[in-house]
Amino acid sequence: MSLVAPGHPLLELQDLHVHYGAIHAIKGISLSVRQGEILTLIGSNGAGKSTTLRAISALVRASGGRILYRGHAIQGYRADQVVGMGIAHCPEGRGVFPAFTVRENLEVGAFLRKDREGIEADIETAFTRFPVLRQRARQPAGTLSGGEQQMLAISRALMCRPALLLLDEPSLGLAPQVVQTIFAIIREINRAGTTILLVEQNAHMALQVAHQACVLDVGTVVASGPAADLARSDEVKKAYLGGH
Amino acid sequence: MTASPWAGKAGALRPGTAAAATAGVTPFAVGLLLAAALQYAVGPAVGPFFSDLLIKIGINVILAVSLNVVNGYTGQFSIGHAGFMAVGGYAAGALTYYTSMLAWGGPQVQGGVFGVGSALFVGACLVGGLVAAAAGWAVGLPSLRLRGDYLAIVTLGFGEIVRVLLQQTQDVPFTADEARALSPVEMATHLGGSLGFSGIPFYTNLFWVWCFVTLTLLVAYRLKESTFGRAFLSIRENEIAAEAMGVDTTRYKVRAFVIAAFFAGVAGALFAHKIGTTLNPRELGFMKSFDIVIMVVLGGMGSISGATIAAVLLTVLPEALRGAADYRMIVYALMLVLVMIVRPQGLFGIREIWELPPFARRRGR
Amino acid sequence: MTDLLQTLLNGLAVGSLYALIALGYTMVYGILQFINFAHGDVFMIGAWSAYAVAAALGFTLAGGDPPGWAAVAVLLSSMGICAVLGFFIERFAYRPLRSAPRLNVLITAIGVSLLLQNTGQLRPVFGTQPQSMPALLPDTTLFQVAGVRVGLVDVTVVLLAVAMMVGLQWLVFRTRFGSAMRAVSHDHRIAALMGIRVDTVISFTFVVGSALAAAAGFLFAMKYSGLKQPADATWVLLGLKAFVAAVVGGIGNLQGAMLGGLLIGMVEMLGAAYLSPHLRDLYVFVLLIGVLLFRPTGIMGSTSVEKV
Repeated sequence: MSLVAPGHPLLELQDLHVHYGAIHAIKGISLSVRQGEILTLIGSNGAGKSTTLRAISALVRASGGRILYRGHAIQGYRADQVVGMGIAHCPEGRGVFPAFTVRENLEVGAFLRKDREGIEADIETAFTRFPVLRQRARQPAGTLSGGEQQMLAISRALMCRPALLLLDEPSLGLAPQVVQTIFAIIREINRAGTTILLVEQNAHMALQVAHQACVLDVGTVVASGPAADLARSDEVKKAYLGGH
Repeated sequence: MTASPWAGKAGALRPGTAAAATAGVTPFAVGLLLAAALQYAVGPAVGPFFSDLLIKIGINVILAVSLNVVNGYTGQFSIGHAGFMAVGGYAAGALTYYTSMLAWGGPQVQGGVFGVGSALFVGACLVGGLVAAAAGWAVGLPSLRLRGDYLAIVTLGFGEIVRVLLQQTQDVPFTADEARALSPVEMATHLGGSLGFSGIPFYTNLFWVWCFVTLTLLVAYRLKESTFGRAFLSIRENEIAAEAMGVDTTRYKVRAFVIAAFFAGVAGALFAHKIGTTLNPRELGFMKSFDIVIMVVLGGMGSISGATIAAVLLTVLPEALRGAADYRMIVYALMLVLVMIVRPQGLFGIREIWELPPFARRRGR
Repeated sequence: MTDLLQTLLNGLAVGSLYALIALGYTMVYGILQFINFAHGDVFMIGAWSAYAVAAALGFTLAGGDPPGWAAVAVLLSSMGICAVLGFFIERFAYRPLRSAPRLNVLITAIGVSLLLQNTGQLRPVFGTQPQSMPALLPDTTLFQVAGVRVGLVDVTVVLLAVAMMVGLQWLVFRTRFGSAMRAVSHDHRIAALMGIRVDTVISFTFVVGSALAAAAGFLFAMKYSGLKQPADATWVLLGLKAFVAAVVGGIGNLQGAMLGGLLIGMVEMLGAAYLSPHLRDLYVFVLLIGVLLFRPTGIMGSTSVEKV
């Protein structure tokens, strides 16, 4: 994994715009993610957080602005090409393949890799991290609970050994205990070297685990800075509880 | 009006001068006058060939506009429309033929345009429509629960079943005595088989055809502008959202289907009684259904004027291109593919010709 | 008893043909959720191109017994021709409509279907006359069992069809590419997030489906040497029945397509033998309507609630 030259962020969004048909969903977002950090995007529903991730992973097309990964503009590439560059996206709602077994889901996550041994080692890591996945290795993923599917989805995203992991609402629909576990793992993954761009509804947990944060509201960044600062700020509270 | 969830769509649907024009009896009277003009003035002036062409156009307009109610308004995909045409045509034809046999000893035309025979004929057309409508109900009720592409297969299958059954029928009796020997049930099974049902009296003329065209157009337009119509269009935009808003989609879809089948049946009846026609199940199979679908698609699904204009064009074009018959279907097929890629909304999309900018501006929209 | 066995054997042979064609329908539906109306016409082109290749190689009905390699060469040629055809159809008629409403693609498919039929009928292509396929496989009787004649042609039809189905099964469930195909059929956006090239997978699906349809066309020409002209209704009907097989078996499901094909073949043959041969087309459609009313997801299908 080549290191980014000092002074360059791993990922940078420059005045990003996204349209859904006539709807202007992202109206000029700029942010940067440094290698090795966790940056979280928080904001109320419909603020454009998930859309931002989708633009980066090329599930939707940017209608304006630039997306720079390791200094290269990637906004025109296809989704499968973006994965190949080292960006993995764990989508909203988990997105596991329900008829595939747990193991098959992990294997398809490593689709682009050819090293059989490395893949097996990574599957073993996933099972160690989440023992319940080992138990259910041969079960269809559709039979897993929400929390288990989230663990599977995150593990699957890590199977391609990404430099940057895009995590979309990992706490959605999960019980508080499970959320704690997930966020502990997020911290652990980051410490092992993966940069994480985390989108979260649960601002409290997100700001605890992240280094940097951006607050989005109706498609623009309304506040950004170190997570600890924003956790104390009044503006954040306003953006959340303000009537949208 | 603006608070309504359909406010955005309502712009294109708002009743304006056109709807006011179709209210009441006036439009029907105008239609009758036009039909009479066609029959007594235009017909004799242009001669038999063009009169026949005008009749064909009228029948195709009824077919296209009625299919538009299903494919266009509700966005359901029916490709068995010719099956309803066949049902109506055979029902009406059998009624006229056998009644003529029994009442007058033979299948000749009785009386003039407004004579006794014509009364039988118009009645037969309506009966044909009703029988087709019943078939529409029988097909629609179970199938409209299914998703769009499944409905397409079921309607195609229905058309084929009708064809197969009609091809199995027995020969039609030639003399009045033979006819008298048959019971009513047997009459229903003596419809000519694969050789066809010939000898149906030639009652179809410009007047009756264009009366029914007027009826079809008015019903289609009023339907579109009514609460029904808005429900239909909401189904087409987003069926799941419509369900969530409490629109009983199945009921409306079945209604659309039944109304469309009725008019297809009428068209079939008119076709059966046209000069020179022998009813043949093969000709009323899926190829005919596809022909009608092409008209609706090219005209713009949901647009009555679009369907009408497309029907006119696509009836006239084959006559004009008689020489290149081989290539006709290839051109049609290519057009269909290209239109879907380049201009999927067809000529007019969901709008009517008087709602397009040059006309709409005059009404101060 | 003899009659019953003979009928069952016929049903098996015809069912194998339906199964091969049904696989193409079901694969495309599984991946794109759309009924490729033009697929039955690819089957027709498969049969006719087999005839054309045989004629080009110099084999005619009047000529002597062709060598063994002739059958293989003709089969592979027609499979190749249809594979390419399938690729181009997907690339130019369907791909531009990937995000369009389902109705539009259905209409385009009808357009492509009409295009194939009518272009096939042009004089420089296959012409408007029915033709007879030369017997590339001699119809020798292999053995007799309980009075039933088991011929080489029928055995070849069934064995070849089974071999192809087994091959497809292996491809889809035991190879890396196969898991890509299955992933795309679940959710093509998430499949892309795995690094899978969705367009390539879709193209390949069409290519494989078309090749299988061509094989069915070749086998059809071997079994029933008379080929009606390209735009004849019989081809559309055959394609339609194969589609019914896919639906009855559970559309999107490979084993369902195979099962459905065999079932339809049996139903048709048994109905024709024991009820009425004139209504043979009817039985299949009645079965379709029955299935759609009582078990719309098909024999092997699973009910899944439509996500909003």
